[in-house]
Amino acid sequence: MSILVGKSTRVLVQGITGKEGSYHAQQCMRYSQEFAEGGGAVVAGVTPGKGGAKLDGALEKVPVFDTVAQAAAATGANASLVFVPPAFAADAILESADAGVPIIVCITEGIPVRDMVCVKRHLEGASTVLIGPNCPGVITPGGCKMGIMPGHIHKEGSIGVISKSGTLTYEVVAQLTAQGLGQTTCVGIGGDPIIGTMYIDLLKRFQADPATEAIIMIGEIGGAAEQDAARWARKNVTKPMVGFIAGQTAPKGRRMGHAGAIISGGEGTAAEKMRVMAECGIHVTQSPAEMGLTVARALGRA
Amino acid sequence: MNIHEYQGKELFRKYGVAVPRGGVASTPEEAGRVAQELGGAVVVKAQIHAGGRGKGGGVKLAKGPAEARQAASQIIGMTLVTHQTGPQGRLVKKVWVEEASQIARELYLGIVLDRAIGRPTIMASTAGGMDIEEVAAKTPEKLLRVPVDPALGAWPSTARRVAYGLGLTGNLAGEGVKFVTNLYRFYSEMDCSLVEINPLVQTQDGRVLALDAKVNFDDNALYRHPEVEALRDLDEEDPLEVEASKHHLNYIKLDGAVGCMVNGAGLAMATMDIIKLAGASPANFLDVGGGASREMVESAFRILMSDKAVRAVLINIFGGILRCDVLAQGVVDAVKTVNVNVPIVIRMEGTNVEKGREILRASGLDFTVADGMGDAAKKVVAALSR
Repeated sequence: MSILVGKSTRVLVQGITGKEGSYHAQQCMRYSQEFAEGGGAVVAGVTPGKGGAKLDGALEKVPVFDTVAQAAAATGANASLVFVPPAFAADAILESADAGVPIIVCITEGIPVRDMVCVKRHLEGASTVLIGPNCPGVITPGGCKMGIMPGHIHKEGSIGVISKSGTLTYEVVAQLTAQGLGQTTCVGIGGDPIIGTMYIDLLKRFQADPATEAIIMIGEIGGAAEQDAARWARKNVTKPMVGFIAGQTAPKGRRMGHAGAIISGGEGTAAEKMRVMAECGIHVTQSPAEMGLTVARALGRA
Repeated sequence: MNIHEYQGKELFRKYGVAVPRGGVASTPEEAGRVAQELGGAVVVKAQIHAGGRGKGGGVKLAKGPAEARQAASQIIGMTLVTHQTGPQGRLVKKVWVEEASQIARELYLGIVLDRAIGRPTIMASTAGGMDIEEVAAKTPEKLLRVPVDPALGAWPSTARRVAYGLGLTGNLAGEGVKFVTNLYRFYSEMDCSLVEINPLVQTQDGRVLALDAKVNFDDNALYRHPEVEALRDLDEEDPLEVEASKHHLNYIKLDGAVGCMVNGAGLAMATMDIIKLAGASPANFLDVGGGASREMVESAFRILMSDKAVRAVLINIFGGILRCDVLAQGVVDAVKTVNVNVPIVIRMEGTNVEKGREILRASGLDFTVADGMGDAAKKVVAALSR
């Protein structure tokens, strides 16, 4: 079992003819062939104006359409992976949502906040799940890679991973795998101020997933999503949880790479987030070198 | 991106957001001329990107042109130190000269994004002129929060909640409503990430005016507003950060001795954290990004090395899109061309890590290779005391 994506996921890639889109669609397809027995594959591409275009390599048999609605109708695609440039990415998300695609993963970094505010408003009350933007994507090891993460570092197993960051997610996955701990699903939720899915929605899914034994939650400075999630988890999550917050040394008022990573006022400091998480019964580690080890300890395996 | 108060006020005026009459000046003579045109008493305000200017001596009242000239001659050229500039302060190059307002009440008005609900939120308080974060922490009942539905924008009914919440009644309520709706339109159309007016004042002659203007823009939306991008003042930014932004590198200067180069913002922050845990301090935040090229790595190295406080370098790369062999080649090339005289510790993991390590070995250069983040931090701290 897993959450969000798996072998039955049929992925359509928006922006598949672009440089990023074509490269990563190839990688996702290869993952499907090498690690998931052809499940979780890329079944369609969409680029407005390029319908009918031919792709090569692992994507040789993947058709390209002008619209998401056409692609979904023709191929039964049930998830969309967005690689569209920032100025057009919000529109691409809206197109997938309106075509009824239930899961949308947006990798694009640099989307204007106002655009995402509109997207978020449009998705209120809808059943569409949006992951990202500005995220590495979602992977269910051995099931489906829907993102830009290096697939080979993952391992099938029982740990749920939720993280705001890209490479820091790879870091925690590598540490888990080194501890012999595989993952059910790893979700990069994105580092922007407005993201489609926050921690709580995913904690709910991991709590309900019988294959997930423990959950690690990686946050960073800025906002209060980690504190809200920790308070929610205290009441609703019975599985062991581990937490880490990046940015303990970040100066106040500066944007640390991610658009969302900024401490304003006293709100959003790493110390505050870690304190609340610990209070709520989450095993917090201060050292980013000990994230995997802390999970192993929480499970009594180290 | 930040802009100066005078630039904010000029933009406000275009949107019908009431501000006192005024003008900008780069010399005492210009300041005198502006005061002459305005007539009466004026306020001369230092223009730097930092708050707390009044306490640092950067804001002066002048009765007329002669005094305005004198005030400007004291302020222009001074190094203004406030709680936001750090101890080194900021050189003042311009002043804003505006008519002195007869203040009846000082209020606070701001618009920010409430990330938890994903909506812009208008914040208002009758505790104007004070540190609003302190007001929010100590007397939250004095801070009115009005979320705005982005699909609708700020309607008069939204603005009335704010205006009446600020105690603006009678004719003043109408002034307040106009002010709030126009300010929201500005915030939204111009892709602001923050607009803050502290203080907003009610004058004795029944007007509502912005006495200050703090405006931040969403960097991701600047492509829609070239006229705003033109307002960027590079003098207000760290020269190394400006240089880094030219190479699409995300660099923030800090005050430690360990320079670090990392791919990915989260991992970069975590690397700073582990340096601190190991007993040293990071000299910077530097994210070379997911798809850095060899050239970018080289530029990153050049920037790290131009910070004279750097006594050791830690490179932490988790290869995903950025392959370890590309990174390694970039580092080797950089060390050969840039004058590097500090120890370098490298930790690499992920895509093509073996090829990357081989390139480092074959270079014959003196790198310390680390295994994992913990080991890397220990080694770089040990290198500091070498």
